[in-house]
Amino acid sequence: MSDQTVSPAAVQAEPLKQSTTGVRPISWKYPITYAVLAALAVLFAITLPAGARTHFRLSSGGDFFEIPLVELPSRPAGWILALILVGLAGLAIWQASQRVRTRLWLPLLFGVLFVLAFLVWAGADRGAVIPLVTMLTGALALSVPLIFGAMCGLVGERSGVINIAIEAQLLAGAFLAAVAASVFTSAYMGLVFAPVAGALVGALLVFFSVKYQVNQIIVGVVLNVLIIGLTGFLFSTALTQNPELWNARQQLPRLPIPGLSQIPIIGPVLFNQTILVYLMYLIVGVLNVFLFRSRWGLRTRAVGEHPKAADTVGIKVNRMRVYNVILAGGIAGLGGAFFTIGQGLAFGKEMSAGAGFIALAAMILGRWHPIGALLAALLFGFSTSLGNTLATIGTPVPSEALLMLPYVITIFAVAGFVGRVRPPAANGTPYVK
Amino acid sequence: MKLELRGVTKRFGSFTANDRISLTVEPGEIHALLGENGAGKSTLMNTIYGLYSPDEGEILLDDREVSFNGPGDAVAAGIGMVHQHFMLIPVFTVTESVALGYEPTRAAGLMDMAQARAKVLEISARFGFDVDPDARIEDLPVGAQQRVEIIKALSRDAKVLILDEPTAVLTPQETDELITIMGQLRDSGTSIVFITHKLREVRAVADRITVIRRGAVVGETSPQSTETELAGLMVGREVNLTTLKEPANPQEVSFEVRGLTVLSSTDKVVVDDVDFSMRRGEILVIAGVDGNGQSELAQTILGIRTPVAGSILLDDKDLAPLSVKQRLAAGLGFVPEDRSTDGVIGAFTITENYVLDMYDRPPYAGGPGNVALRLPVMREAAQTQAERFDVRMGSVDDPISTLSGGNQQKVVLAREMSRDLRLFVASQPTRGLDVGSIEFVHRTIIEERDKGTPCLIVSTELDEALNLADRIAVMYRGKIVGIVPASTSRDVLGLMMAGVPADEAQAQAATHQTVMAEADEQAEAEENQ
Repeated sequence: MSDQTVSPAAVQAEPLKQSTTGVRPISWKYPITYAVLAALAVLFAITLPAGARTHFRLSSGGDFFEIPLVELPSRPAGWILALILVGLAGLAIWQASQRVRTRLWLPLLFGVLFVLAFLVWAGADRGAVIPLVTMLTGALALSVPLIFGAMCGLVGERSGVINIAIEAQLLAGAFLAAVAASVFTSAYMGLVFAPVAGALVGALLVFFSVKYQVNQIIVGVVLNVLIIGLTGFLFSTALTQNPELWNARQQLPRLPIPGLSQIPIIGPVLFNQTILVYLMYLIVGVLNVFLFRSRWGLRTRAVGEHPKAADTVGIKVNRMRVYNVILAGGIAGLGGAFFTIGQGLAFGKEMSAGAGFIALAAMILGRWHPIGALLAALLFGFSTSLGNTLATIGTPVPSEALLMLPYVITIFAVAGFVGRVRPPAANGTPYVK
Repeated sequence: MKLELRGVTKRFGSFTANDRISLTVEPGEIHALLGENGAGKSTLMNTIYGLYSPDEGEILLDDREVSFNGPGDAVAAGIGMVHQHFMLIPVFTVTESVALGYEPTRAAGLMDMAQARAKVLEISARFGFDVDPDARIEDLPVGAQQRVEIIKALSRDAKVLILDEPTAVLTPQETDELITIMGQLRDSGTSIVFITHKLREVRAVADRITVIRRGAVVGETSPQSTETELAGLMVGREVNLTTLKEPANPQEVSFEVRGLTVLSSTDKVVVDDVDFSMRRGEILVIAGVDGNGQSELAQTILGIRTPVAGSILLDDKDLAPLSVKQRLAAGLGFVPEDRSTDGVIGAFTITENYVLDMYDRPPYAGGPGNVALRLPVMREAAQTQAERFDVRMGSVDDPISTLSGGNQQKVVLAREMSRDLRLFVASQPTRGLDVGSIEFVHRTIIEERDKGTPCLIVSTELDEALNLADRIAVMYRGKIVGIVPASTSRDVLGLMMAGVPADEAQAQAATHQTVMAEADEQAEAEENQ
């Protein structure tokens, strides 16, 4: 070999300039959505009768200070909100035309203001008060199983196993929580057994999908049918024959956090909850840190993205998947417990009512990220709660239309409307050496 | 560390991939393992790396027998491997990739990113790599990804480093850098096993050469052997390293691409305002490092990708509004890059694969609206073509997956060339083929050219480009850097593959010759003696 080798620097060429501008088509779907919603807000404002008033209740008693009933003149409030929304939509359109990236605050602010504009319109001159705190509490309650479910799906799919059986895990958790709590007459025993039920379903899922490489979607569907059938059968036999022993109501006590729970509005919503909800905060927080900053998280993501690469550095791919899916099952089982002991209800047939699938959608909408999935699940919970509230106060819009909202959002989310969604690359692919 | 193999045998079913292979790699030696595609090189290395366990024979490290239960054990024993297809996770950062599996941690299993980062920086400083520890793998050029793989191996104190076809994805200049790195590693006492099928590289870098053919060692030799000798050993007969062809006889321009721009599924520009034209009866090779938009260009010409701008004119007719089927009917023949996924349907018979794009028209179909397939006609045509294209097979009724890669490719060529072509496009037509099949494919393409068909060939192998082309267009980051005659030197082409415009590349190459170019000159001088 010669010593006249070229130094690397000498051959490093100037990279060619890439003409990216003026080529990529501008994506107009967000600006158009904003514009349509802003137009809707203007429509609300126009149709508001002069002199109408909208009432909001912002307190729930026991706060540091009582906020009196808020009374807004509907028409001016409606117009102000509508104009701000039009402004924000204009900003979004301008940003799109300038190819500026829209920041996260814009959709969040837009969403909050639009909901307010809608409430001002819906509550105008109804004689009814819009119970904001109750609505938010309801929203969180509806979100809790979704959040647990989404975290379960996320841990599984980040390690490469698609989990369609979240529904089954929630239901199994709800069932065993109710039965255990009833038998031991202690809600906390329910909390101990609920994750076991979810983990068992998870174990079945990995047993078939990892060990025997059965199609993961099919295993998931079968597990859903199995658990719905099994819990339904036990419910209509043992649980109905001797409800005092097997299906007596037990409720986890509320544990208000001193101080925090007295903050107006958010205090009672967030910090006057059962241990189950606090556990949920913890799980989301821990996952958010550990998935991205720990050895476990790095290996989990590696196994879900490129299992062969993980194998070549000595990571046991299938073992990792087995552990993670069982762990995830435990998380979903906890979520199931919320249906029964979390709310002080007895177990009822198919009481999870599709929450597992909505959780799956929340995970996708949240792009396989704990915080994203959390926000998506909250959005679903809130829109359901909104529908419920409007059903009670009576509005011009049929409340059923609003109850449809989570499912509509889900379809858009799954169809990729939320932008480029990139699942873990090896998601759903069994690893065979 | 000394690595020794004694009679290592590995079988897959009835197929013996490695047959009693014995080989010794001394400490501080670059030992080349030379063999054709499918000769069993990668199987052997995966066995050493613990991915497979040998059926017979033993592996010794520093004269002590070892057995590995997985790559983890091999790594612990001091073996590192840079796979041909990098084992990197596209969404990870460099630091994460290097740390994976051997993560420095603090309390509760949280990663000590600072320490992991420092390790990357320390190793890249030691060998003069310019690698940003926070860059994402998918944003790095392949050369840099390869350096990450080397850092990965070194961070685990590899004493034996296996490089599996490391130059397949590099430009000649990047190859040069790699050769320098290999020299540095050898001097610091690392033993290197260098797997390749490229004769030129072996002669330039190896201290010793072991040649394997059909899973068995056929000879050990020194780098002083000539390329012809090495090729003879590797293939088992005398081979012509260059395909003889008549000079091109280009006629009128019949195919033109103008201002073609294509986006990837993630909205990145992959083909950037590409212009070129081709005459009837010439071969234009699109050269360049893999992933610079060549595949997308070929796919857009076929019509399975839609351009955002530009036109594709064949015989003055714009192909853009036409469907794939209409384009094929207009006289386009297409050989896709990945034979097994896009070229053939593995479970279909050879006959069925042969008529895959002609089954719905006479003579293969008949009756009202051509609904009935004429199976005997298809069989007979497939039989005739298979003989003409020298497909080695049992029967045309066998599933095509039972054939070797080379024979599958011959079926694809037979199919595409059985129509009257106005344009022939082939992506990586010889990837993964043995020397005999490569010769055949090249001859077939030249025959098609001589019939007056413009032939557009995408190839990442510079040897192939030089061998086959009448003109060479080099692509870099979606743009055509320049179109040059086939007589252009490797060094110039290499610089162009890194984005240097043609005239500038000429000037640079004249002053800075690469190691490989020097080795070439030397080899030529020797062969002429």
